Amino acid sequence: MEIPKSFLGYKRENGRAGTRNHVIILPVDDISNACAEAVANNIKGTIALPHSYGRLQFGADLELHFRTMIGTGKNPNVAAVIVIGIEPKWTKRIVDAISITGKPVEGFSIEGVGDIDTIAKVSKKAQEFSMWASEKQREECPLSDLWISVKCGESDTTSGLASNPTVGNLMDKLEPLGVHLCFGETSELTGAETVCEKRGKTPEAQAKFKKTWNDYNDFILREATDDLSESQPTAGNIAGGLTTIEEKAFGNFQKIGGCQFIDVLEPAEELTKGPGLYFMDTSSAAAECVTLQAAGGFNIHLFPTGQGNIIGNPIEPVIKLTANPLTAKTMSEHIDVDVSKILSREMNLSQAGDELIKSTIRVANGRLTCAEALGHKEFVMTKLYRSA
Amino acid sequence: MTITDIIIHDEKDNVGVVVIEKITPNQDCNCWIMENDKSVTIQSKNEIPLGHKIAMTDLNEGDTILKYGHDIGKVVKSIKKGEHVHVHNVKTKKW
Repeated sequence: MEIPKSFLGYKRENGRAGTRNHVIILPVDDISNACAEAVANNIKGTIALPHSYGRLQFGADLELHFRTMIGTGKNPNVAAVIVIGIEPKWTKRIVDAISITGKPVEGFSIEGVGDIDTIAKVSKKAQEFSMWASEKQREECPLSDLWISVKCGESDTTSGLASNPTVGNLMDKLEPLGVHLCFGETSELTGAETVCEKRGKTPEAQAKFKKTWNDYNDFILREATDDLSESQPTAGNIAGGLTTIEEKAFGNFQKIGGCQFIDVLEPAEELTKGPGLYFMDTSSAAAECVTLQAAGGFNIHLFPTGQGNIIGNPIEPVIKLTANPLTAKTMSEHIDVDVSKILSREMNLSQAGDELIKSTIRVANGRLTCAEALGHKEFVMTKLYRSA
Repeated sequence: MTITDIIIHDEKDNVGVVVIEKITPNQDCNCWIMENDKSVTIQSKNEIPLGHKIAMTDLNEGDTILKYGHDIGKVVKSIKKGEHVHVHNVKTKKW
């Protein structure tokens, strides 16, 4: 198959391209959710991103909170941003960092004003942003403007046999074309960690991966009270035939095909070393991982599933594929790409990879994913430890 | 082409994965090894559902399970060739 050289995206002020054109209402903290949701309810074409945190966090946990908030606002799938916080200082910090992109962004704080007047004020600005964004047109963008993140979920043995290798096949074909790629799930590489480490392109990338995995594994061992049965692998994984974390890890690892990673990113960190594959340190929980990758600037997501994970994200379209013929049948409304014919050997991996590339470009051009059509907007902040 | 009942990732693997809805006891199964595109056959001892593993050889307690050509855990209860391999007879070496 000849791979298309371009897709139709929204060109942003900073040179990035979006596959979507969202106007987001971003609450800085849990107590600003009500305001943000009221505004999004008032003004069509806007979306609120409620979450549970943002108060009394400190240290690395607070830095991650800011990085996730700021990165979400900076993502090229977002045309304009309104930030609402209880206090002006943290709100301003987020607004200022997002404004570097050149996109419209405005902050509001609730203290001393109250919800009702804030909602009225913010709604006026949100209406202006929404109507402004509605005139943006899709333009031809080079394929290298695709920043593709990947993460699998509710995996089973069909994931390692076929759907994850299909993603790997796509990576093998798109990496030489200058596409930006990202995988994560630090804990879910357990068992395959030394094999994964060797995929680092440089000794620095390898050492960084090793330290990142060791730190995460030490944390798990410190907090674990049992053998993590039913957490890793999950009950769904086990029902699907996966027996151990090592088996899950080698299946997971198939997603990167034969690619090497250039660098290891902190959770929600934006890449700085150009096109190619990156590893991001993330939890293996689906919504947490995709939220961090979206905050890292990735604009389209590939999500292979075995038993049928149904996750979506508010700003980054999530394309689901499965090789499990039962899941493809019983949960068809969640599955964008069915590659189960690989198991019956009616389709080979390269054909499946081509199908996935076609679907990815269609979604990049604007086709809704199953998760978008079904209204899945899971926005889940990663919290590193208790607040002060 | 004959129906493939079981797929084996790597030639070194001592387990295969059922890729039809289920295999029944004493079924003669066709296995395909992805790595070298070879075919082998095995007779099952248990009913094994889609996605679950079958032992391609007799395995003793303490033996290592190989899949993708890699170590994916240890045998905690001996397994006969053709039997179902899962959480009842295999455990992680990590965590």
